[in-house]
Order: sequence, then structure tokens, then C-alpha cells
Amino acid sequence: MPFFAASDDPGPDFAALARIQGLVPIAPLSAVDDRLRITHATTVVAVRYVDGVVMAGDRRATSGNIISHRAIEKVFPADRHSGVAIAGAAGPAMEMVKLFQLQLEHYEKVEGSQLSLEGKANQLGQMVRNNLPAAMQGLAVVPIFAGFDVRRQTGRLFQYDITGGRYEESNFATSGSGGSLAGSVVKMKFHEGLTRDDAVDLVITALFEAADEDSATGGPDMVRGIYPVVATITTEGFERVLDAEIAERFVGLLDVLASRDGGGRISETPSETSGDAP
Amino acid sequence: MSMPFYVAPEQVMKDRADYARKGIARGRSLVAVQFADGIAIVAENPSTTLRKVSEIYDRIAFAGVGKYNEFDQLRIAGVRAADLKGFSYSREDVDARSLGNQYAQILGQVFTHEMKPMEVEILVAEVGASESSDQFFHILYDGTVMDEDRFTVLGGDADSIASRLEATWTPGLDLVSVLAVAVAALAGPDRSLVASDLEVAVLDRGAQRRSFRRIERTELPDFLPQS
Repeated sequence: MPFFAASDDPGPDFAALARIQGLVPIAPLSAVDDRLRITHATTVVAVRYVDGVVMAGDRRATSGNIISHRAIEKVFPADRHSGVAIAGAAGPAMEMVKLFQLQLEHYEKVEGSQLSLEGKANQLGQMVRNNLPAAMQGLAVVPIFAGFDVRRQTGRLFQYDITGGRYEESNFATSGSGGSLAGSVVKMKFHEGLTRDDAVDLVITALFEAADEDSATGGPDMVRGIYPVVATITTEGFERVLDAEIAERFVGLLDVLASRDGGGRISETPSETSGDAP
Repeated sequence: MSMPFYVAPEQVMKDRADYARKGIARGRSLVAVQFADGIAIVAENPSTTLRKVSEIYDRIAFAGVGKYNEFDQLRIAGVRAADLKGFSYSREDVDARSLGNQYAQILGQVFTHEMKPMEVEILVAEVGASESSDQFFHILYDGTVMDEDRFTVLGGDADSIASRLEATWTPGLDLVSVLAVAVAALAGPDRSLVASDLEVAVLDRGAQRRSFRRIERTELPDFLPQS
């Protein structure tokens, strides 16, 4: 059982405790060899709406040109009122999420009170910063963090860069290889006062469009029933949207998505007989 | 050169035990009782900020009586041990028995090797899937571990409180009834305790993950019999 003298007590900081116990991996000393293909997780997006925030992530993980997982999850509850979504090297990212979740819980148990949402966002920033040596060798992790601020009664979003820089976003946040594509879709459609339904439709549309352009982002897989992970964070806490609902929403969006570019079909033989050609 | 007085080891141990017992008896007592939906821990504690009962892990709670700074230090060490174990292995691998044994080692070590024993008595309680798998590990100042069932009492006045509980506690009570039993046993025949004297927390058997829940003082009157 770990006991410390007052001078070197790690306090409520679990990451420091884990470091003292030698449980935190050290960064590789040289760049990861290209022949070792590292699994990467990609596109995640979070959008603010009237009741809080909605977070979503596609389900694909890639190693170079290979799809290494079809059903990976990238959106996790951080604690009751916040969530974290990851992009980057999948192994270190999962480890970071695990450590972050534990960090928040550990703080709460040791101190007897919760960190503020701002405090949680800063904690995650420090973890990303601590990962910089590994990021320099090719194991970058860039999460997004979103939560419902119970003190201010509003949803809040935070985006990071590879150095741990923390940027609060007012309307939406994205990360990963398809992040900017998804971000553009959200940007075009975002307006103040989005309802839950609109917000969920918006994030799955954004992921669909990102998957359309970015090979590392997976689209909905109706054959296997694999859909993006979507979660809402409101005053009620972190709640995963059921796959059945996402599937239903995709079906509902089919016409809209198909009408954008005629379903992507280019008519090969201009028909002389059909009178209803556009 | 002066020779130190010879003191028989029996006497040394007895003195230490008396010292620890006296310290513990100065504080107020605490009971943990099993009920249909979990384990309720009721402490006599006028403070709303310095807690005697707290969460260690998903299904494990900690409670201590005696000297606050000493059992709080033990509490934090327990949270650390549990979180480290869950982090390096799995959440399922964290159990009350192992924590109880670690506490016993520390308390035993301090009792025999340090100048002053810890003036504390602690409880590590784990809620199981059913009432038969609930666990109470009651650990004394000298490292003695007692594996108890149904209920356990910590503190100076433990014997009389336990005999009252023995008479009134029955299996399968709901939360409100078990709190009434626990509070009456704590208070004894000559006193009555109100919400502002009590600290109450519950390990909820049906919880998905973290089962520890405090019943805050503001909501406590709803659970207590109106007097």
C-alpha cells in the first residue's frame, strides 16, 4: 500500500502516482520504424446544442493502407458529465483515455469533490503535452474533450494540438485525419439552438461526408450493422445514443445524402428514350 | 552511564493497546449494516466536511473512527492501492479482502514498531451481487482483522451498540427501515439522533459501476423516521 512523506506526496494526481510506481511507459528513443505499422484512429467530432454537447466518432482504425479494426470505439465517457474522443496512434490514445478517466475519478475520491470542467480540460492538456516525446517519434495523440459545465449550465468543447495546447471552441470541435472535412460540414450547418435530433443528424452527416473523402475514416456499415459511436452529454450526464437510433437516422438521411450528388452515379449512356432525365 | 529501565514486552504491548483504545473511545461510533439493496454505513459525525465514510472503489467503501488524520491517511492509501491495482490489472481484480489485509499489515507494523500506535479502527466493506456475498472487514489498531457478516460496529461503545443491533436487525430490510434500526442502535435508549448528527452513505447493490452514494444531509430527513 503506497505511503508517502508529506514532501513527496503526489496528492490527488494519479498520473504522478503511476509515474512513481513506474507504470507509465517511456517514449521511444527514435522514430517508430515505417515497417512497424502503427494502428491509427481517426475522425471525431463534437458539437454544442441546446441541452449540452454531442460527440461522435467513426469506427475505423487503420495501419497504413490496411484497415486494422472495423468497430473500434473512439468516444468515451471521461466522468459523469464529460467525454473524451481520440484520434491518433490508437494504443497510446487508449492508454491516455484510461489514465484520464482514472485521473478524474482518483481526484474525486481523494479530494472528496470533483474537478471543475476547466480543470479537467487542463489535465487532459497536460497529458497530451507529456506525450510530446512519443508524438515526435510518430505516436501522436490528439483528443477532443467536451462536457456539460454544471456550474455554468452549458456544454463546452475543447480542442488540443500535439504540444498540449488547449483551445476552447464555442460551437464545434474536431480531430483526426477527416476532422477538417467533418468540421466543414458542421460549420455550414451549425446554428445557435440546435436540437438534439438536429445535432445527432449533423454529426453523423459530417462523419459520412468525411468518410466519403478520407480513406482512414469509416462510413456506416449497414451489412455488419456498424455505425458511428454517438453520445450526448447534458445535465443528465454522458449517454450513449443507441445503435438502433443511429441506424434509423441514417435511413432517414439517405434521401438527403443521395440528393447531394444524385447518389454519386454518373449516367454513362445518355438515354434518348427516357424523358425524365435531369 | 544510565541504564534504561527494563519493561516487560507484555507491558509495552498492553500500554500501547490501552493508549490506542483510549484514543478510539474518545470519538463517536459508526455502524455498517446490510440491507436488501446494499450496505448502509451510518456514522455519528457532526461535521459535513471531515468525512468518516468514503469511497474506495467501485463496490468498496472505507470507514474509520478515532483520530481523523490517521484514518484519513489510511483512506487515501487505500484509494491509491485500489486505483493502481485496477489500472495495472483490471477493475474486477480489486477486492476488499486484499485491501483489508494490506491495512492489517500496516496497522500491525505501526503497532509493534512505531513509538505510537494508530488510534483508529477501520472498516473495509464490499457490496456483493447478493446479500450472502457482502463482506465486512473490521480492522483494529493492532492489525487484528475480523471478517464479519450482517453488520459491524466501530468505536468505543461498540459492544452495547452491537447488542442493540443484534436485537433489532433483521435480514431483507429496505433502506428506510435499516436506517431507523441503525440510528436507534447508535443513539441508545437515552438519546435521539437527528440528521445534523449523522453522516450516511450507501453501497448500492444494483449500481452499474460506482456503487458508493452519499445521502447528503439535506436529503437525509426523507430517509429518517419523523420524530
